[in-house]
Amino acid sequence: MSQNKHAQKSIDPASQTMLARAEQEGVETAWDRLHKQEPQCGFGMLGLCCRNCNMGPCRIDPFGDGPERGVCGANADTIVARNLLRAIAAGAAAHSDHGRDIVEALLHAAEGKAPDYEIKDKEKLAALAQELKVPREGRSEKEIALDVARKALDEFGTSKGHLELLERAPSQRKERWGELGITPRGIDREIVEIMHRTHIGVDTDYVNLILQGLRAAISDGWGGSMWATELSDVLFGTPEPHRGESNLGVLKEDEVNIIVHGHEPTLSEMIVLAAKDPQLIELARAKGAQGINLCGMCCTGNELLMRHDVPIAGNFLQQELAIITGAVEAMIVDVQCIMPALTDVAGCYHTKIISTSPKAKFSGAQHVAFDEEKALEAALEIVRIAVENFTYRNKDKVFIPSDKMEFVAGFSTEAIISALGGSLDPLLDAIKEGNIKGIAAIVGCNNPKIKHDYGHVALAEELIARDILVVETGCAAIASAKAGLLLPEAAAKAGPGLKAVCEALQIPPVLHMGSCVDISRILVVAAAVAKALDVDISALPLAGAAPEWMSEKAVSIGTYVIGSGIFTVLGTVPPVLGSSNVAALLTKGADDVIGATFAVEEDPLKAAALMEEHINAKRSGLGLP
Amino acid sequence: MKEILINLEHCLGCKSCELACAVEHSASKNIFAALFEEQLPISRVHVEAGREFNFPLQCRHCADAQCIKACISGALWREEETGLVKHIPEKCVGCWMCVMACPFGSIVQDRKEQVALKCDRCPEREIPACVEACPTKAISLQEVPSYAREKRQAYLANFQEV
Repeated sequence: MSQNKHAQKSIDPASQTMLARAEQEGVETAWDRLHKQEPQCGFGMLGLCCRNCNMGPCRIDPFGDGPERGVCGANADTIVARNLLRAIAAGAAAHSDHGRDIVEALLHAAEGKAPDYEIKDKEKLAALAQELKVPREGRSEKEIALDVARKALDEFGTSKGHLELLERAPSQRKERWGELGITPRGIDREIVEIMHRTHIGVDTDYVNLILQGLRAAISDGWGGSMWATELSDVLFGTPEPHRGESNLGVLKEDEVNIIVHGHEPTLSEMIVLAAKDPQLIELARAKGAQGINLCGMCCTGNELLMRHDVPIAGNFLQQELAIITGAVEAMIVDVQCIMPALTDVAGCYHTKIISTSPKAKFSGAQHVAFDEEKALEAALEIVRIAVENFTYRNKDKVFIPSDKMEFVAGFSTEAIISALGGSLDPLLDAIKEGNIKGIAAIVGCNNPKIKHDYGHVALAEELIARDILVVETGCAAIASAKAGLLLPEAAAKAGPGLKAVCEALQIPPVLHMGSCVDISRILVVAAAVAKALDVDISALPLAGAAPEWMSEKAVSIGTYVIGSGIFTVLGTVPPVLGSSNVAALLTKGADDVIGATFAVEEDPLKAAALMEEHINAKRSGLGLP
Repeated sequence: MKEILINLEHCLGCKSCELACAVEHSASKNIFAALFEEQLPISRVHVEAGREFNFPLQCRHCADAQCIKACISGALWREEETGLVKHIPEKCVGCWMCVMACPFGSIVQDRKEQVALKCDRCPEREIPACVEACPTKAISLQEVPSYAREKRQAYLANFQEV
């Protein structure tokens, strides 16, 4: 009965085991808190509540008996559109501010202010310099890096009127953005303009508002996020395929377990070095541990597993469960998707939550300020705190599930091209011949409203069985890792066409392309394919899905994905149904405007059918069988 | 018998009860699907803002119900086993005598059918939708004596603080 109850919450066996353990130990998790929140506010679910001024808060009666307008006169269309835009602004801000941190890390490294950072991928730096028209002749690597970093930093507040990396999009797409007047003019500017336009008494036209939402989201996908990816590769290396291990079973009973959780790679890269420090390993042995076991979680984990032999302990909904194992000495957090509940859960165990970013402090956590100038020093201090905490581990409370799964990850755009033998042609040929019908991107979060991992895994399995190649990032990719879908052997689950391609290239049918900012890699691949066929991205047999999405970042992602011309299926209902006009624009009208729409489908099997139908329609449009 | 009882100090006026009531009386019983139904559902509870407090008002299912006395067609009747005041739309002639007789304004008008609508205490649910939806537990379903005891305890707390 109890196990069965937890099987309703997650398909992941490790999570089911830990949910039963949480219940036994009386520890509250996100699932319990969701239950306590239910039924959730209907106005909120429909996007009909406006708190943008203090004449309010106002809400519109969706059933038509109560008020149809807020105090200022805003109707459901305006309120829903404004709320949607503010979510896009928050999401684009989160990604882009992460991007800015990476740009600054490169800048400081090039200025000699961050001596612990070096330029790992010199080829990528050279390629970016060429793309940005940074002179290279007779100049040192640091000088070139400095110019690249300055050009990147300029993108956030540029006055030149457009973003550099938009040039990567096919000309048809750029023209469409231009015609609609939604070519982003600066990463920060579009976010600021959303906050302006959604202020009381500014923009009330829902179409005009949503166009600005698209512009801000595009500045995320083709701006902030893309810079995060590009310069993380320069600083920490462009990922290459390699094997790793996933799920809570990667925690070790006899070692100091450290989990890095959050999103940015700047600190966690240093933690990787610090965890290998011989003195700290010696200290761990002196404390009775066999060594130091560094693991990742969420997108910081994705950043590490893409570039290092660092296992991933789990995705978003497993952060509390990891602590309940009683075996985690420290969970080091930076920014984004870190549950405020962590410190409460950690209070039941010996686990230390160590916050590191000045942007994100957690009451009950220990704060060790991370500073790029003394990056390694901070990392060594943090690892030392973790090692010393091993003394306080209560061995009777340790409960690590045995479940773990191997995966192959590290499919950067460069790695995919390399796996294809140096060009995209084999992929294009496979698509043209129909061995691969199309490419689907599955991205996004976990959300306890959807059975944990089921949305991701069932959809991926269903798509590969239909000969659709799946590319993934974020918590979706971690779900697939745990389910074994990131192994070349998983090709056995693919349809005959995709299976043959995977076997010939020795690749998995589901490719892990990185963290959530690395969705920009997917845009780059899509743009390259479109350019090769001389069509717009919207003409390609591509589809996107966010089956378990929950964050504002996901709202921005979904918006820039459709803004880039890719049909996207959402697994949870976005708070827009309170306006039938906004809902119709997003799910129907947008096709004429931007060449793609959203659909909402909670059932992954039905979502797969929608995506296949879309891909087949695009194939027909291109005259493919 | 349990009654719907209100803790006035806890009502924040969020109207979650109104939405939950409407959704419970929709065909789909799902807020997203209800928006697309041919006839939009109607709430039978209404949060009214008083001078200093809000009050979610629904049919009190009065022991001496004026609406039953006023009903000329037999549409309103008392269900003996539950003690609830029930309404049969098929018998309702839409004369609105009940609306005038109810001192609380708890009887409303159906959109199309031209009949009266009122709280049915959610016969398909153990806990009425409005009670379950209330985020501050301002609306409760309990025995009158237990509610009264809570009030007495709350009153005594005033003295304990002195």
